[in-house]
Amino acid sequence: MKAADVKTIGILGAGRVGTALARRAIAAGYDVKIATSRPPAEIGLLVEIMVPGARAETAEAVIAGSDVVVLALPLSKYRNLRPALFAGKIVVDAMNYWAPTDGVMSEFEGDRASSEIIQDYLTDALIVRSFNHMGYHEIEEEARAAGHPDRRALAVAGDDAQARRVVAAFIDHLGFDPVDAGELAASRSFVTGTPIFGASLDQAEMTRVLQGTYERAY
Amino acid sequence: MELGVYSFGDVQKDPVTGKLGSTAQATRNLLEAIQLADQVGLDYFGIGEHHTYEMPASAATVVLGAAASTTKNIKLGSAVTVLSTDDPVRVYQQFATLDALSNGRAEITAGRGSSTESFPLFGHSLNDYDELYAEKLDLLLKINESESITWSGKFRPALNEALIVPRPENGSLPIWLATGGNPHSSVRAGLLGLPISYAIIGGQASRFAPLADLYRRAAAQANIPEAQIKVSVASPGFVGDDAAQAKERFWTHWHAVMESLGKIRGFAPPPRHHYDKEASGGGALFVGAPEEIAERIVTLHKSIGHMRQFLQMDVGQLPQKEFLRSIELLGTRVKPLVDAELGAARS
Repeated sequence: MKAADVKTIGILGAGRVGTALARRAIAAGYDVKIATSRPPAEIGLLVEIMVPGARAETAEAVIAGSDVVVLALPLSKYRNLRPALFAGKIVVDAMNYWAPTDGVMSEFEGDRASSEIIQDYLTDALIVRSFNHMGYHEIEEEARAAGHPDRRALAVAGDDAQARRVVAAFIDHLGFDPVDAGELAASRSFVTGTPIFGASLDQAEMTRVLQGTYERAY
Repeated sequence: MELGVYSFGDVQKDPVTGKLGSTAQATRNLLEAIQLADQVGLDYFGIGEHHTYEMPASAATVVLGAAASTTKNIKLGSAVTVLSTDDPVRVYQQFATLDALSNGRAEITAGRGSSTESFPLFGHSLNDYDELYAEKLDLLLKINESESITWSGKFRPALNEALIVPRPENGSLPIWLATGGNPHSSVRAGLLGLPISYAIIGGQASRFAPLADLYRRAAAQANIPEAQIKVSVASPGFVGDDAAQAKERFWTHWHAVMESLGKIRGFAPPPRHHYDKEASGGGALFVGAPEEIAERIVTLHKSIGHMRQFLQMDVGQLPQKEFLRSIELLGTRVKPLVDAELGAARS
């Protein structure tokens, strides 16, 4: 998959993050398909009103028919995902492990970032972590054209360099400056509790903070 | 349009020593605030269940019960009751009792709660978050429909023709569904025909307009009578005599809260320019002089069509004196301006 070939974005989850990302992607000119754990007919009204222009389909159809898939479901539900469907797919992980509000899940309690556990689970997917450190409504409210002085940065981490490039281009189209953090383990520097989480940083600041925290994060 | 206040019963801080005041004093302060809100003509006061030293409002119905006998018109509710970790039978009995004592002024707002202290406190697991809420809401609604109940579920013993009393003055209690903006919650409230309470605590407030639309459309799909469909908005807010002073004052306290919350939940506290943006125009923080707040409430009404807005003023140990002044201004200055634009509240 080349960055320029990305036309269709599949979003799993129609909560706050999923619908905000979907609206932003549509505004940026992408085709958007959405699936939840419910049958498509049950979320038809929700998608029609919250994400005009998007289509509600089954998770199977969304994953198969999209160039990039975004995980925007509650992290606690990740085991409902069927790994075989994701083989070879570029998958953006926008989820967070947030024990104080979502409860403790033992597999996420270690030093590794939650995306690393998701990559273990979706073995053959190309997981790229991003969007997780930005407030969901900011995905729409803070998007800016390239070169705008207030344009904010989004960190990008993943083990596959080409997948990172594809997601970076997607982020750029949505209205943010991507900053390549490196492999997936580097996403430890932008999970909850890090200086990046929830902060408003531009590209230069993000680069600096990522470099500064990278060593500590290992 | 109804206007009101909500509070988590914040403790005070000594401005000189910085020492936090007692939780007992905070509880008495809360009662004083409710009484003033009634006197200045506000329509609603809600207490949000919390279980921390800084926010000790853990037993809302006791405070509201005390207020019931010393207030005349104001509606008394929770904002919210963390239903997931409570027993719906107990919740109902307490609010029905409050309803009796207040001659029909009690309301329940059910939510999952964004604070989660009550989960370990009452022996529940956050891993059951969704399931707990669904089951308990189901039971609460059934109790509201009928005084004798036969029910079984996973998280509490079954009920067999159990009598739940007292019964509300007007047959049933208003039960609002609180949500922070997850679209599924708006669909749920609409399909159930419950009034919905949006907590809009950040970003542009009008971004909730599509959610309110979704709620109304879902209700229409389920053939819910128009009269049952109501939207309210809960937001942080503070009214001062002078706009600049009000914004400065609230910043100090709001930022303190965000900073301590950020430490617990692991996010960076928002900077001042972020606050300035949200405390003006279409932002979610209703902070300023009376005219400005009235205008912003009316503007939001145009996009969301809410019938009630209530503000959380006493955040981050705001001094009681300023909390009371803000309540007074909301009732005596903001309310007449909003009424002039939108018409007085129908009750």
